[in-house]
Amino acid sequence: MSVQKRALIVLGCPEVPIQMALALFAGYYLEKGGYEVTTAGNPSVMKLIKTSDPGEHYLRRLVTLEKCIEGITDRNDQYDLCICFAHNDAGISYAATMRYLLAEIRFVTLVFGRNAEELSGSIEFDGVKIVEPAVHNPIPIRRKLQEVMGWGASKN
Amino acid sequence: MGCIEELTYDIIEKGLSFPESRLFIEKNYSEVYHIMPGTKIFGDPLIGPPPIAIGIEGDRVVFPYVKPCHGTFLLSIEDPDEALRIRKTAKFAGRKK
Repeated sequence: MSVQKRALIVLGCPEVPIQMALALFAGYYLEKGGYEVTTAGNPSVMKLIKTSDPGEHYLRRLVTLEKCIEGITDRNDQYDLCICFAHNDAGISYAATMRYLLAEIRFVTLVFGRNAEELSGSIEFDGVKIVEPAVHNPIPIRRKLQEVMGWGASKN
Repeated sequence: MGCIEELTYDIIEKGLSFPESRLFIEKNYSEVYHIMPGTKIFGDPLIGPPPIAIGIEGDRVVFPYVKPCHGTFLLSIEDPDEALRIRKTAKFAGRKK
């Protein structure tokens, strides 16, 4: 019997529009790829997901950032892959925390927003870094994510 | 958020980047301790790139508190028990520079 792979999506402040679109996109492809997906975010993120995906087709398991961290530190929750979203200094702090706690797994940090290039320079942890100064247009960063994750090329 | 926001705290600084908050603590507090991300103080896991600096002055604990949409706050909470616990369990990183 095979053990199901587990992925964690960590979302930052939801004020940059592309975050929600990319999170749903990632949830779809991760599940299609056989992952059980857990998504962590603050209460605003939870409300946005529940409003965007009321049928829970893309992101089914939601958890607050604190509960997610407690799950790893107190209950030894395990993941095989983590994708962190960061468009500000706080997002980098959360990503650094997740990387410290999940040191051995495949780790992808998506850095976006108007200051993406400058912000990416503050990352001191390892893993794949996808950087794109995207705010409204998800296509360029989506293409980079697809390339890194092997989620099929799209001409759209 | 968690338990910390239900406690009585003072905001020492806000709108800092995380590295600025670490520098502030290391420069301004008589005792500095380092803890790793996810370690709980006042019942909440602390967030930030390692190591996370905590200042202690008497019974006051000063630490960074990161909120996803509002950045890093430096909070100060007076609690002799938590100050003692940190002194006993965290790595002493020196006195103010």
